[in-house]
Amino acid sequence: MADKEFTRDGVSRRQVLRAGAGVLAAGAVAAPMVHAQGTGGTLRCGFWDHWVPAGNGILRELAKEWGDKNRVDVQLDFVTSNGNQILLTINAQAQSRTGYDLMSFPTWEPSNHARMLEPVDDIMGRLIQKYGPVNPAGEYLGKQDGVWRAVPAVSGTQMKPPCVRFDLFKQHAGIDIREMWPAEPKPGPTASTWNWETFAVAAEKCNAAGFPFGLPMGSFTDAVDWVGALMTSYGAHLMDEKGNPTVRNNPKLRTAVDMLVRISKTLPNDVWAWDDGGNNRALISGRSALIFNPPSAWAVAKRDAPQVAENCWTVPMPAGPEGRFQPYLPYFWGIWNFSRAKPAAKAFLEFLSQREQAERQTNTSNGYDIPPFPSMADFKVWETEGPPVGSVYNYPLKPHHNARTSVAMAPAPAALAVQAYNQGLNTKLIARIVQGGESADQAMAWVERELNTIRRGG
Amino acid sequence: MAADGTLAAGAPRTAGHGRATTLERFARRRSTIAFMMTLPLILVVAGLVAYPAGYGMYLSTLNRRMTENIGFGNFEILFDSDTFWNVAWQSCIFAITAVVLKALIGFWLAHMLHDIPAKGQRKWRGMLLIPWVIPPALSTLGWWWMFDPSYGSINWLFSVVGGPQIPWLGEPWWARASIIIVNVWYGAPFFMIMYLAALKSVPDQLYEAAAIDGATGLQRLRYVTLPMMANIISITVLFSLIVTFANYDIVRVLTNGGPRDLTHVFASYAFQVGILSGNIPRGAAVSLFMFPILAICAFFVLRGVTRRNKEQM
Repeated sequence: MADKEFTRDGVSRRQVLRAGAGVLAAGAVAAPMVHAQGTGGTLRCGFWDHWVPAGNGILRELAKEWGDKNRVDVQLDFVTSNGNQILLTINAQAQSRTGYDLMSFPTWEPSNHARMLEPVDDIMGRLIQKYGPVNPAGEYLGKQDGVWRAVPAVSGTQMKPPCVRFDLFKQHAGIDIREMWPAEPKPGPTASTWNWETFAVAAEKCNAAGFPFGLPMGSFTDAVDWVGALMTSYGAHLMDEKGNPTVRNNPKLRTAVDMLVRISKTLPNDVWAWDDGGNNRALISGRSALIFNPPSAWAVAKRDAPQVAENCWTVPMPAGPEGRFQPYLPYFWGIWNFSRAKPAAKAFLEFLSQREQAERQTNTSNGYDIPPFPSMADFKVWETEGPPVGSVYNYPLKPHHNARTSVAMAPAPAALAVQAYNQGLNTKLIARIVQGGESADQAMAWVERELNTIRRGG
Repeated sequence: MAADGTLAAGAPRTAGHGRATTLERFARRRSTIAFMMTLPLILVVAGLVAYPAGYGMYLSTLNRRMTENIGFGNFEILFDSDTFWNVAWQSCIFAITAVVLKALIGFWLAHMLHDIPAKGQRKWRGMLLIPWVIPPALSTLGWWWMFDPSYGSINWLFSVVGGPQIPWLGEPWWARASIIIVNVWYGAPFFMIMYLAALKSVPDQLYEAAAIDGATGLQRLRYVTLPMMANIISITVLFSLIVTFANYDIVRVLTNGGPRDLTHVFASYAFQVGILSGNIPRGAAVSLFMFPILAICAFFVLRGVTRRNKEQM
């Protein structure tokens, strides 16, 4: 009776409800992994949109090769890190529990989303067996509570060693940096003098000559990374492995701070607000004798200022009392635990991490991408890139550098370190002294309070 | 008005039935029709305003891993943080200074435009509105290039005339000034157009009467223009205060909150803490701190508007 009363054009309410339920049921049944005819399913990947255009192309190429061989439809999207788009995408997908099957995760994101990432111990076990251990910084970031949560990626992973204008260095600081660090698998005769004291003296001389070092001191990654590497080379940490602040009565930290204050005084007066492009512009414009950066600045100089690029030489970081530490900023490839294509995702990541595929990625990025395994630091591309040929030979860590990778704020637990890192606490500590006019004790008391704030709230 | 329970006139009865059913009568009530017509808007407000706000409040009560409810713990932690109070102070300086400057410049521009003959007014109006119609993320990037101390055009112009080289974005007070300048440049046209519309609605007879009474220009402004524009000034200031307090893009592009967090506002700090540092609950707590401040402002401004309306009735 009621059906009839609501009938219009011969369609009853119950018919409409039934039809609606049918559509919903069909949708729900069809929703899981789509299998096209003759394929092993669909794998949706969100990779980092590479600075170097060819960096995306090689991933497309590799995806096609692997997809054709395994009959998997590999769909690639490239998510830019401009405007933190990749972070927003990761957070949105984590909140909604839907999105790509696997994604590129910037440095700290595997620890941020550890609970939602599929463990990849099986892949890492086989890769480590084949290629030896991953570098320690990669392990610190990718392994949470003893479980590998993401695979250290090749594409996008970078180091930030000094890129030196060897002509200016020789002329104003009296250091022949190419003789010190030649494009050979052995250090030069003066390599043992390459420490922070030598560096500070060179900074003072180059600044006096009108070519100050282009070292950012803001809260962007380039700034936090080099300051972190210097502190680590002095054995100075803001937090220990348990996350306790180690600022008070820490003579190593005090020595590192004194050195950073000394170097900061030789820098341009606007470095406190530089973003990650500030140092690149300083080098490319020909106004700076040294920056800490991957070879991207030099690569742009090759196009825009060839006379600058021809005089650039990448060398390892200066050493401190506790060793030589290279700023390291890796990407990871992780698989969401809500993915419906985990086996395919794992197989694809293992394929991408093989030496042959890693070398192809590094080659197409002109040597920018660094593989996570030290055993892969001998790719030919770093020897042949130029001009000048050999300019980026020392970009990856080589055994004769006697150096280790460094992540600022390590060894604190990643969940706490990421907050101190992104708030740039180490650079602000120096800025409060040099720019704000505070005493070292006042600035250190401030950073201790901030660290305690970070620790609270789980 | 019969928007409560009366039936809509002229609604046809169902064919073949002598009496409308209860459901039909319910559907024909004016209140039901009104509700159905506003339902899309209610759904939009619920989905895009109420739900995100509620979810934001819920998030702010969680711990960092979002596994446990810690009540007001995040707020307590923020209250103990020097940086947070610094951000709160900076947000107030930024919003109040920028809104006052925008209001003054907008008021002045509106008067200038109002005095231009109608024929030539349109092109000036169009030109002055340009900053407001360019997406701020884009125009701020242009400002950032101009402010760059080493390679920017502003310092280059200074160097041409022998002026000083200013670290626009590297020194705290200059950085604050730069952010306010860009915000005022972007927002003043909005005030101008609102005030111009208000000025055009002031009856000429009032000015004529004031002229007959011998009022000076300043007196006309004080006793005719300002009282007639009071409501639009209040509403515009409130609207701008809300938008300026929640500003994100200008700070993000120009300074990223630096140097030393001295240019952070609530939105940029919330993004740094919540998204960049992976502490979404604490980031939500930072952004929610704007709510009581703006609610208090809105209460006083809207109360003033209501009171003036009653006086005029």
